[in-house]
Amino acid sequence: MRQSNAYVIGFAAVLTIVLGGLLALAATSLAEPQAAAVKLDTRTKILSAVMNIQEGDDVNAIWEERIQSTVVNLEGDEVAQMENGEQLVAEKIDVGKEYKKAPEDRLFPVYKFMSKENPDQVESYIVPVFGNGLWDRIWGFVALDPDLETIKGVRFDHKGETPGLGARITDEGVQNRYVNKKIYSDVGELVSIEMVKGETNDPSMYDDYHVDGMSGATLTAKGVNNMLKKYFSYYENYFKSVEGADDAAIERATKN
Amino acid sequence: MSTETIEKNEIKVEKKKPSEPLLSKRRRKFITDPLNDDNPITVQVLGICSALAVTTQLQPTFIMALAVVFVVVFSNLIVSSLRNLIPNRIRIIVQLAIVASLVILVDQVLKAYLYDVSRMLSVFVGLIITNCIVMGRLEAFAMGNKPYDSVLDGLGSGFGYAWIILAVAFFRELLGSGAVFGYKVFEAIGIDNFPTNGLMVTPVGAFMIIGLIIWAQRTKTGYVEK
Repeated sequence: MRQSNAYVIGFAAVLTIVLGGLLALAATSLAEPQAAAVKLDTRTKILSAVMNIQEGDDVNAIWEERIQSTVVNLEGDEVAQMENGEQLVAEKIDVGKEYKKAPEDRLFPVYKFMSKENPDQVESYIVPVFGNGLWDRIWGFVALDPDLETIKGVRFDHKGETPGLGARITDEGVQNRYVNKKIYSDVGELVSIEMVKGETNDPSMYDDYHVDGMSGATLTAKGVNNMLKKYFSYYENYFKSVEGADDAAIERATKN
Repeated sequence: MSTETIEKNEIKVEKKKPSEPLLSKRRRKFITDPLNDDNPITVQVLGICSALAVTTQLQPTFIMALAVVFVVVFSNLIVSSLRNLIPNRIRIIVQLAIVASLVILVDQVLKAYLYDVSRMLSVFVGLIITNCIVMGRLEAFAMGNKPYDSVLDGLGSGFGYAWIILAVAFFRELLGSGAVFGYKVFEAIGIDNFPTNGLMVTPVGAFMIIGLIIWAQRTKTGYVEK
């Protein structure tokens, strides 16, 4: 009786319904804390490009206090809402999804880290970057000083680079190599920063536009180089418009 | 005539069973056996994949161990309670569906409340489904034993898995990153330039440590594979 086809099918059907229902219930009831966890994680990553986040810090509070975000397009103009009139929020833009579009259709979030003393003064600009490593995608956040030329800090992450080799882009030591490097030449031309092939562990060997490489991970380094160069060029118009606005402000101030 | 008495005796023995103490000697063996003599990783050589992959640091390893204990215990309990209802022909699928549901549940909870750990464990939480320890215990024990015994058996196998991966993670984190649970022990005792071993961070390090544990254990127990 137990082994009849009807029993087997019936059992399978009941099992499926019960388990499916349970999982659906779990997924819906946990959706909210999950979204909050993802949001907190992104905020922590963005903030960690400019400051040292300790465990137990109230990331959301720091974020609300210090970060002002905006969204720009390739021309460097700020975009306030989407084509369907929906309000754009920089945090909600999936840089990976944008990456699949043509550069001129993409939206580029910018996070402005404001000064603690003067909430109107930008202490650094943080922009997301995205590209391909050796095995899978790599991404990160680059923080620039207000001169929009000097790197304040970078945070890289990856999906599947080789542990101990390419995955070292997440190491603090490797990321710190980028600090104080420059992305524009003296004449204002975009040169970006290149990670060289080979590793010397001697930072004095490199000029403002090169950093020490990762031994055994030249292809990941190449991916990082491409990613940085591309994204700096995407943001170039925006950087120029910010600088232009600053110059205009200075001009107005001196005239008065 | 003689057969009759034997049957009677058997019935008597069965009737006595419910009064067996909660942790009788027989039941204690369910828990203690997998810890050493019948350890799922070092003796049965099951669940090696995740033991190699998640053991670079103690914190994610600890969560992984808890997740596996949870899944083994509850899948054992559920399958054992349903063991007389599960149609024999589709029992493996039924077991898989129950295990998979429990694992997804664990994964969802981790994603909600321990997001960074869940990122570190990535696919290996999902791969608990295919962990041979879980399916092995269901098929070998839970399908033929009562729920309470099955829970004990699950606890034993889960802890047997847990202590091995925690031991591996302890050595890998200590030698590979110079830390225990993220706490830099060597810096704390004044050795600033402790040479961390990069090999320990890669899966090769896990192979070596598991190998050493198996060696030490088999020397002690005298177990030899036939």
